[in-house]
Amino acid sequence: MELARETTLTVNGAKVTRRIEPRMHLVDFLREELGLTGSHLGCEHGVCGACTVRVNGDIVRGCLMLAVQADGCTVETIEGLTDSKELAPLQKAFHERNALQCGFCTPGMLLAAQDLVRSGRKANREEIRAHISGNYCRCTGYQAIVDAIEEVIHGPR
Amino acid sequence: MGRAELPLHAPGTRVDRGYIGESVPRPNAQRLLQGRGAFIDDLRFPRLAHVAYFRSPYAHARIKGLDLTAARGAPGVIAVLDGRAVAEYCTPWVAVLAHLKGIKSPPQHAIAIERACWQGEACAAVVAESRSQAEDAVGLIEAEWEELPVVVDMDAALGGETVIHPELGDNICFKRELDTGGVDDAFARADVVVEETFHFGRHTGVCLEGRAILADYNAGEHSLTVYHATQAPHMMQDIFSRHLNIPEANVRVITKDVGGSFGIKVHVYPDEMATAAISVLLRRPVKFVADRLESFLSDIHAREHKARVRLACTKAGEMLAFELDDITAIGPYSVYPRTSGIEGNQVVNLTGGPYKHQKYRAKMHVVFTNKNVTCQYRAVGHPIAVALTEGIVDIAARKLGMDPAEFRRRNLIADDAYPYSSPAGLKFERLSHHRTLAKLLDVMRYDELRAEQARLCKQGVHRGIGLAAMIEVTNPSPAFYGVGGARISAQDGATLRLEPTGMLTVLCSVTEQGQGTEAILAQIAASAVGITLDKVRCMTGDTGVTPYGGGTWASRGAGIGGEAVLQAGRALRSNILEVAAAILKLDKAELDIAGNAVVNRLTLEAKLPLAELGRIAYFRPDTLPLDFQSELTVTRHYTPRQYGFTFTNGMQASLVEVDPATGFVNLLKHWCVEDSGTVINPMLADEQLRGGIVQGIGAALYEECIYGPDGQLLNGTMADYLVPMAGEMPDIVCAHLETPTQQSQLGAKGIGEAGTAGAPGAIMNAINDALAPLGAAVTQMPFTPERILKALGKV
Repeated sequence: MELARETTLTVNGAKVTRRIEPRMHLVDFLREELGLTGSHLGCEHGVCGACTVRVNGDIVRGCLMLAVQADGCTVETIEGLTDSKELAPLQKAFHERNALQCGFCTPGMLLAAQDLVRSGRKANREEIRAHISGNYCRCTGYQAIVDAIEEVIHGPR
Repeated sequence: MGRAELPLHAPGTRVDRGYIGESVPRPNAQRLLQGRGAFIDDLRFPRLAHVAYFRSPYAHARIKGLDLTAARGAPGVIAVLDGRAVAEYCTPWVAVLAHLKGIKSPPQHAIAIERACWQGEACAAVVAESRSQAEDAVGLIEAEWEELPVVVDMDAALGGETVIHPELGDNICFKRELDTGGVDDAFARADVVVEETFHFGRHTGVCLEGRAILADYNAGEHSLTVYHATQAPHMMQDIFSRHLNIPEANVRVITKDVGGSFGIKVHVYPDEMATAAISVLLRRPVKFVADRLESFLSDIHAREHKARVRLACTKAGEMLAFELDDITAIGPYSVYPRTSGIEGNQVVNLTGGPYKHQKYRAKMHVVFTNKNVTCQYRAVGHPIAVALTEGIVDIAARKLGMDPAEFRRRNLIADDAYPYSSPAGLKFERLSHHRTLAKLLDVMRYDELRAEQARLCKQGVHRGIGLAAMIEVTNPSPAFYGVGGARISAQDGATLRLEPTGMLTVLCSVTEQGQGTEAILAQIAASAVGITLDKVRCMTGDTGVTPYGGGTWASRGAGIGGEAVLQAGRALRSNILEVAAAILKLDKAELDIAGNAVVNRLTLEAKLPLAELGRIAYFRPDTLPLDFQSELTVTRHYTPRQYGFTFTNGMQASLVEVDPATGFVNLLKHWCVEDSGTVINPMLADEQLRGGIVQGIGAALYEECIYGPDGQLLNGTMADYLVPMAGEMPDIVCAHLETPTQQSQLGAKGIGEAGTAGAPGAIMNAINDALAPLGAAVTQMPFTPERILKALGKV
């Protein structure tokens, strides 16, 4: 396609330049062009949250943002935030409480949860539930996820 | 309540359950937490082609012509194929079972030929270098349609004015009648007769990962390797082999991580069969991943029942007889190979199941319609049977003026009545309804809740408490499918191999979709052999690697696969001790295994680390006696056979608050007491219950595939089809009783479906308990605010 635009962005700390078709979504770019398959596609219409990634410090739906819109942006994904150990406390709590089953929603759920954790707010269970209410999990029923996030925010009971 | 003791050690030694009953975290969850799972769409293959399907926009239409020219010329397009082209590589199927007498369904092709029978049926395939190119080209296909009359209402389907498949004579796929006799007498002498008709919405699984398949045909070997998000790899191996005409040994099905299944991914899907056929046709790897819109149109739907139920009681509160008339609509085809007759059959089997009445009459019709197909989804038939049973039980209790818990207590089958045969002919090995009820009432503080409810009612706060008793089919024997001619394995196998380093490799034919299968198999293996959990590696989901088996469905993984692992582990332990006896020149009877070493069985003194035993057995067998050969790989299989199903029992309770002004239901709390026999991992068992309950809550309050009168799905996006979200879900309290099955050494029954089975009924009863003082009741799921306001006469 002749419409492709040269786009430069920083992904998990590394500068990346590619010619990108304007219609390509950010999550497709991460998965198909960069092989970062940890961010998943659950609905492609912005509802389920499985594609949640962080752009310039804010979590966004990777299926609702075009890759060319990320020109000049800093993008962080489950892979980068795992390597940097930023997610380690949540990953440990999720593991110990079995706050995941199939694991398909989990990367997006972790990014949404970490968004709350690093805000520094001492959120209660109701606020935790509200914060992750845009991330669907079909397996767990959410309680273990809320437990795990609560533990990271407030420390073990 | 003590846990069942497992004779994991030889007689005379200290009895140690090892890891059985321990809440250890799942070892295989770490990669998922780090985004390193291997879902189908994450795999990368050279020369991979992508297929997208052109789907019928009509519920029923003749395909008068397909103009594929423009699509064939589109960028990146490799091939565009219609139904006839694919049919040359894939034979059609007919989904019937011999033991469902009279069930009928027409032949179904991978891609529709001549006629589409539901909106969303695949009518052509476009293969391209990328998914987006394939989708672009799908948009260029020009079809000429002749619309045909549609059948969407199930009563109209039964009436048969329009017959979808004229060659079948009518729209009845399957019907069943059951009569113990004496039902009319029982109703005639009853003091109280209650009757209600319950409606159950059609809903679907909404796995976060869409259906996914990557088929890789190698012409040089005439072999097909299929990476498939399926619950039953061996079943699919057999089906690919027979329908694509490739020898079974040349077909390998590999199931890596699966992003949710819940029964959705245990069926044969036409578009998936087409994908495999196209790989053979094009002699290259081809991938299909259903997007969300396709999922709503083509993943199996489930439920959609209308059931009239009657109950006869004495004024003392004794249930005398149940009568059921159920109708369910399944779309235009029975789904292969399990058929779409099973859910209705289960409703007939399970209605009234927890109770000790002796008289029962049932009638059930399964009819064809021009909607998407329905088939087995988590808890198959149970949510219907439990809700209509428990719903009519509550109506009777209200009419009798009896507390619903007390009414149940008077009628539940006694805990010492086993073995027991139900009026529907089910055989129960041993259930614990009364202990379950007592524990539930205790855990939820039933009496206090009732007092609080009465207090709040006076203040205009409408709270309701709902109970639902259940029995659940688990560990099915060959009586479920095999006897009907389906090539679906009821047995499973496990291979355990002691590695030279003293580590243990477990290969098992049951599969993992996130329930924790591999974790509990590792727990059982470690316990049976006598090693620590960190030494165990578990592999499932590869027909080229594991023993043959059925996979994961009908709550069978732990009870059947787990038993195979236990038996293999015990045999391996014995074999290891023979090697140790040869090395140590001691009597095998003096030895045991504990903590990764061979030990003296009485003193537990370490004699030989397993790593050293492995080194000698594999690398220096020359040092062992000439007539001794070590056998450090063991395979065992297990089939439950004494009972058709290993029934479990449980009871759920729901506490809700209904706002009569808005019709909204606020879920305050939910409880579940479940007896699934030996609990291997309490944390994972609780999480199976919770996840199942929340899917049941979805059915009760939110989820419904809504069709228009023209057979068009009106809410086929995630924004329109609601599923439970974190904000609305209650905390769920779980408790367990353990009545191990005596059919196996492990004693485990299944637990994966209990939550989904009971939650809709418990919530319905809670809502109606809250509405009762207002003189209203709801009987049509999902219980949307609109339906509740209608019941209250406010809209």
